[in-house]
Amino acid sequence: MTSLRGIVRAGFDRAEALLGRAFPPAWNPLLNLGALGFFFYWIVAASGIYVYIFFDTGITQAYASIEYMTHEQWYLAGVMRSFHRYASDALVIVAVLHLLREFGQDRYRGVRWFSWVTGVVVLVLVFVAGITGYWLVWDELAQYVAIVTTEWFDALGIFGEPVARNFLAPSTLDSRFFTLMVFIHIAVPLIALVLLWVHLQRIAKPRINPPRGLALGSFLSLLALSLVHPAVSRGPADLATVPGEVGLDWFYIAAYPLLQTLPAPLTWTTALFLLVLALAIPWLPPLRMARPARVDLANCNGCARCFADCPYNAVTMVPRSDGAPFSAEARVDPSLCVRCGICAGACPTAIPFRRASELSPGIDLPDLSIAFLRERVEAEGARLAGRGRVMVFGCGEGVPLEGLASERIGVVRLACAGQLPPSFVDYVLARDLADGVLVTGCAENACHARFGLAWTEARFARSRDPHLRQRVPAERLRTLWAGRLGRGALEAELRAFARSLEALPPTVQPRSVPGLRAPAEVRGA
Amino acid sequence: MLSPAQWAGQLLFYAAAAGVTGLFATWPTWSRLPPEEAQITIAFAHGGARKEACRRLSPEEIAALPARERRPSDCSRERVPLRFEFVLDDRPLLARTLPPSGLSRDGPAQLYEKLAVPSGRHTVTVRLADSGRASGFDYESRFDLELRPRQNLAIDFGPDRGGFFIR
Repeated sequence: MTSLRGIVRAGFDRAEALLGRAFPPAWNPLLNLGALGFFFYWIVAASGIYVYIFFDTGITQAYASIEYMTHEQWYLAGVMRSFHRYASDALVIVAVLHLLREFGQDRYRGVRWFSWVTGVVVLVLVFVAGITGYWLVWDELAQYVAIVTTEWFDALGIFGEPVARNFLAPSTLDSRFFTLMVFIHIAVPLIALVLLWVHLQRIAKPRINPPRGLALGSFLSLLALSLVHPAVSRGPADLATVPGEVGLDWFYIAAYPLLQTLPAPLTWTTALFLLVLALAIPWLPPLRMARPARVDLANCNGCARCFADCPYNAVTMVPRSDGAPFSAEARVDPSLCVRCGICAGACPTAIPFRRASELSPGIDLPDLSIAFLRERVEAEGARLAGRGRVMVFGCGEGVPLEGLASERIGVVRLACAGQLPPSFVDYVLARDLADGVLVTGCAENACHARFGLAWTEARFARSRDPHLRQRVPAERLRTLWAGRLGRGALEAELRAFARSLEALPPTVQPRSVPGLRAPAEVRGA
Repeated sequence: MLSPAQWAGQLLFYAAAAGVTGLFATWPTWSRLPPEEAQITIAFAHGGARKEACRRLSPEEIAALPARERRPSDCSRERVPLRFEFVLDDRPLLARTLPPSGLSRDGPAQLYEKLAVPSGRHTVTVRLADSGRASGFDYESRFDLELRPRQNLAIDFGPDRGGFFIR
């Protein structure tokens, strides 16, 4: 499973990088798959409402009403029909890609099982809605879809009479069947919408609208496709005739030739196996996660910064329970915490300068604590020598940091870039542990923990608490959001950064730090 | 600010995405039935006779039953399986024993079968035994057909319509 995930992730990394050449990070389609799914859903809904105005549910009227839309009112209803069709295709494409990307990023196990499972159910409903939509046209393709579908369900043997008998001959078909299909075609997407709302419950500030540039581009491409290659019906359904060559929509009914040719027990077993596998995959095997974030009430003043910054709604503010003179305290829901540490990076008590008491922030990751990070920073700083020393902070999901450490480069790993309190930058420079600090992580707009990059940039820009102190020189701090393929970019950035640092005068007087060698001694000066 | 090359790249992406969407929305085509063949669909649901005949209960047996369950006769629910045969141009193509449906085996037996046959003139004979008899059939029909390519001919069954009939 790990190697399969690695292959999928590597594929997405390369595709995202390729698209990144043309799209700015905020517009990269592969970084907006969920939002694009919503966008296409709304297009499908709006165009569906318009098309429904002209749709007639009679056996012969259904086809005729769609033909009217397609040919008589092609400029509006016809375009709307094409929108409805192609946006549905686009929806299933981005939904499947979204699913694959989350799989590749290993964002489906552990506490993320909920989003995965609800997402799989939504995808199944999207397929159901799409397939029922094809019935309503009642052309040859609809006839094919209706017969194969009902025959497949009849194979279960749970119906008193084969449902496919409804499609035996023109005389056996009832208009009420269309009414039922219209009901399903409308009800299922509405159920899917409710489930999408549930799907998003465990993440904060979900991005459900793509950026305007991407939305406009997607809309125009659908419009162009609708005009150049409009969706049209095949000949009208005729139950007295077997449909000839059927132009299948392979995004929705790719499995139908298999359903038609393979034994039903085999296709049912396979379908159910795949469905159960898709639903159970978050536990195959379960993710072994570090311990969740922990609140230390003795150091929590109820400022709610962790609450504001948590990307997964894992932190809530509740009434104070320890009698301390604050109105609230943070509480972590372990079943929601993904162990990104962004909460610790937001905590105003995560100050490495603290020496009078133990460095225990109000909220912290027990297995990668702020105190441990300070130890690592000091150890790495003590090891560095020469001019142009750089302390690199990097997350485990971004640029690979293996083998990067050298005499002039210290490396400290974080759970996420957002775990780094800005005061660490100040600490490194004020303690002369390095001449500059570089923070690196996932590619821009592709943060594995959603907001780590955004919050880090905002904190460094002093527009989001906790602010980077004013005394930190901008020329001694750099960020590089290059992602897993960015090792070369990181090395180039480090070389350039080191050169620029060498040209800068020392900013602080060397002084000794308890437990460390004196900087002058370290540098061998 | 995006460069012209980036705008061109985006345009290329949107064109490719639209092209792929439009292409696979209708292509490649699929057909299972060869163009010169026709299809005969046999589909019916019919309940066979009761497996055991009803037995008239004696007055003592009726009296022994709870008041709300007293009835003049005792009938088993289970039905006999059907035997079905389909013969095309004197060639037996299909012979099935169709079990009754339902957990108590008291529901109608079902058949839904599609047969691809060459188009043209054919003689079809269909037979059904629904009384549990060991040999012979209770219903038999013979149809002379002229099937055109891709025609779907449906054969149904209904005792109220005298047996087999063409839809």
